[in-house]
Amino acid sequence: MINKEDETVKVENNTTMTDNTIKLDSKIPKGPLAEKWSNYKATQKLVNPANKRRLDIIVVGTGLAGASAAASLGELGFNVLNFCIQDSPRRAHSIAAQGGINAAKNYQNDGDSVYRLFYDTIKGGDYRAREANVYRLAEVSNNIIDQCVAQGVPFAREYGGLLDNRSFGGAQVSRTFYARGQTGQQLLLGAYSALSRAVNKNQVKLYTRYEMVDLVIIDGRARGIIARNLVTGKLERFAAHAVVIATGGYGNTFFLSTNAMGSNGSAAWQCYKKGAYFANPCMAQIHPTCIPVHGEFQSKLTLMSESLRNDGRIWVPKKLEDAKAIREGKLRPTDIKEEDRDYYLERRYPAFGNLVPRDVASRAAKERCDAGYGVGTTGLAVYLDFADAIKRLGKDVVEARYGNLFQMYEKIVDDNPYETPMMIYPAIHYTMGGLWVDYELMTSIPGLFAIGEANFSDHGANRLGASALMQGLADGYFVLPYTIQSYLSDQIRVPRFSTDSPEFEEAEKGVNARMDRLMSIKGTHSVDYFHKKLGHIMWDFVGMAREAEGLKKAIGSLKELKREFWSDVRIPGEKNSLNVELEKAIRLADFIEIGELMAHDALDREESCGGHFRVEHQTEEGEALRHDDKFAYVSCWEYQGEEKDPVMYKEPLNYEFIERQQRNYKS
Amino acid sequence: MNLSRDNNAIISRNLKSYHPMDKNININVKVWRQKGPKEKGHFETYALKDISQGSSFLEMMDILNEQLINEGKDPVVFDHDCREGICGMCSLYINGHPHGPDEDITTCQLHMRKFNDGDTITVEPWRSAGFPVIRDLMVDRSAFDKIIQAGGYVSVNTGGVPDGNAIPIPKHIADEAMDAAACIGCGACVATCKNGSAMLFVAAKVSQLALLPQGQVERAKRAKAMVAKMDELGFGNCTNTGACEQECPKNISISHIARLNREYLKAKIKD
Repeated sequence: MINKEDETVKVENNTTMTDNTIKLDSKIPKGPLAEKWSNYKATQKLVNPANKRRLDIIVVGTGLAGASAAASLGELGFNVLNFCIQDSPRRAHSIAAQGGINAAKNYQNDGDSVYRLFYDTIKGGDYRAREANVYRLAEVSNNIIDQCVAQGVPFAREYGGLLDNRSFGGAQVSRTFYARGQTGQQLLLGAYSALSRAVNKNQVKLYTRYEMVDLVIIDGRARGIIARNLVTGKLERFAAHAVVIATGGYGNTFFLSTNAMGSNGSAAWQCYKKGAYFANPCMAQIHPTCIPVHGEFQSKLTLMSESLRNDGRIWVPKKLEDAKAIREGKLRPTDIKEEDRDYYLERRYPAFGNLVPRDVASRAAKERCDAGYGVGTTGLAVYLDFADAIKRLGKDVVEARYGNLFQMYEKIVDDNPYETPMMIYPAIHYTMGGLWVDYELMTSIPGLFAIGEANFSDHGANRLGASALMQGLADGYFVLPYTIQSYLSDQIRVPRFSTDSPEFEEAEKGVNARMDRLMSIKGTHSVDYFHKKLGHIMWDFVGMAREAEGLKKAIGSLKELKREFWSDVRIPGEKNSLNVELEKAIRLADFIEIGELMAHDALDREESCGGHFRVEHQTEEGEALRHDDKFAYVSCWEYQGEEKDPVMYKEPLNYEFIERQQRNYKS
Repeated sequence: MNLSRDNNAIISRNLKSYHPMDKNININVKVWRQKGPKEKGHFETYALKDISQGSSFLEMMDILNEQLINEGKDPVVFDHDCREGICGMCSLYINGHPHGPDEDITTCQLHMRKFNDGDTITVEPWRSAGFPVIRDLMVDRSAFDKIIQAGGYVSVNTGGVPDGNAIPIPKHIADEAMDAAACIGCGACVATCKNGSAMLFVAAKVSQLALLPQGQVERAKRAKAMVAKMDELGFGNCTNTGACEQECPKNISISHIARLNREYLKAKIKD
């Protein structure tokens, strides 16, 4: 573990000694919560402009975090190499975020503040995030809006010309900025435009259709990557003074998720296998409003933005027989009278109603469906109804707010949501867990940083809606460009590296050997066959409700699946050529191992918090029951080798500024 | 309340569709196969049975690839990613239309209920000088990135910008800018254009930033630089056939091309 001497910044050592006597230094600056970040910036070490030119930084990923970081670091004068697996940086999955981005502007005069955004985020995360990181996030949220507006992001406006806001789950103020139902797209195109400008000015060199396949470590520091050129199939070596991972989350471990088909956890997993700690892997978010699963050839689940819960009301029939008749096609939802509908979120959570946080809304839907009140042909769906909103606002207003989402729904389900309520059901959407990072966003490997969804730091056990965009851009525009300099300031005398070193040689050999092994299996089943099997195990046992017995079963099944995959997968084509099946196989090999670690972590955490729900630990009313005395920590897993169980270290979450409470969205 | 494990999920795996009207159909898929940019391509036809009309078009392609892999053949290479119509990665020319026979959608949003039992479906890559084929249905669209890099942005560094509400923008202007900004950069406009012109793509970006106050400073320079880059990369001229607007999955209007022409002329006159 790193313990870098730093004379200028006094850091408080949030250190714990576990059984394994390893120090986890989160490097939280001392002082009052509201002054930590200002103090850090005022006293941190910087790199002067002449030296910046001599320092190379690799940024892997071009989503909101990666593109904003690459552009900002390039503007500062660093020499940036930016990689993505798609054909263009603009394809990164951030583009699919629909609803909006939070900021504490208080433009609506409804009582918002940096503190309130901080508080809502900590509470929404069920008190499993770091106070200092979250406060910094809330602080820089306002800069993000200003930056995006300056770039020409066409946010929604009021008639007076000022910025409009909407509400999202887990908040009682309207602080969400949006661009129709395409906020992620517009913010990503903003970051992409900044990146394109940096490319034009030779500040950033772009590598599209390249996939990182290993991290290279020299003398204990991250010094480069091995990347596979996806068009030629050849491996290439890239050296740098620091490496930044911005490759998103690992939600596709579940096969069916709202993630893009190419989204994967492999870059983070390679870092883990090279010694970076993986934090809170079990914390995955299940989004309550997705179009339900329909069949075995389904390739992905489509999200319907949380913003729909502003105006849509969620219900199921009150009577079991009505639910049954709907499933059998004998009744239509519009046949159910008002008094026979159960608006269960409004009933259970009067204060927040349809706008409870995602984990709460997801579990409530599952509870109703498990009890037999589910609708749709499968019984695994609930209604999201806009009839009241259309009556109140008129169809035009509803169309202006959600038109593209309604159209998307209609194309998939072939039903008109203006006339018939939408059907929705929870699906895997986001992973709060990720690479462990300190306050400077550096992992446990010196010189290796992780930003955006790829790190674990800000969302605790549950992320609030419209906060992923906020965190990605906060990390990329306003946090990493500062904190990375603290590390790089003592690297200015380190000359550029040659990629001919034994470390690069060995890393490349390792990747080649792994690919050779995969290609030589020549088994009987496709990669997708195994991925679907993985998805079923994950959803059934490591999904919305977990229990010890099931998790143990999952760990056994995953071991078996791994063995089966490595002896029976069939990959057509050649290694040194464009080979999509090989790309998928490399990622799936990692997903299976990620699944194992998720199950281990979920088994270890014997409490319920946020998105992690252990059936054994719930309140009488069925809400998540935390055990702060035992589990108020970040679980940090360290890889020990192929056949060995990983070791877990604990970073205690000392709450200095706010008091932990049982979350309450009822009153 | 009992939150037990989700046994019901198993039920859903045996179902094929949301919609009672969806049936299973048998089809032939006539696909363009091409090993590399310089190799000669050809069509191959594959028969597929029992495809649910509730499947998406790309799920049908997944099934085809699964079948090819099981037969020991090379799967068909095609670009795709988000599968919800926003990333712009999917790019198939289906039965003579980019993104297929449905309106206002991308290929990944196309569903098999648009086809009938016994149909032969022809699937080709984008065909344009600006987008060389990489393999099968996958093409190289990096030219679009190069056009944006030439000037499709507002030159602001991170930090040091005014407060968001310090730049009021009339709602109708913001809305029109948003209409243009909805472009996903898929390239359907180029693929459908008989001249292989990228005018709608370029116009969408020029128009968005020309409408907004933030884009004023570099307005003339941007229009000239982007048009020059477009010409340099081998895209054809616009002859106002309107095919691009017709096929655009995001409904980008050719009125933006009119604005681009005005912007370009104004900029050139000042030279």
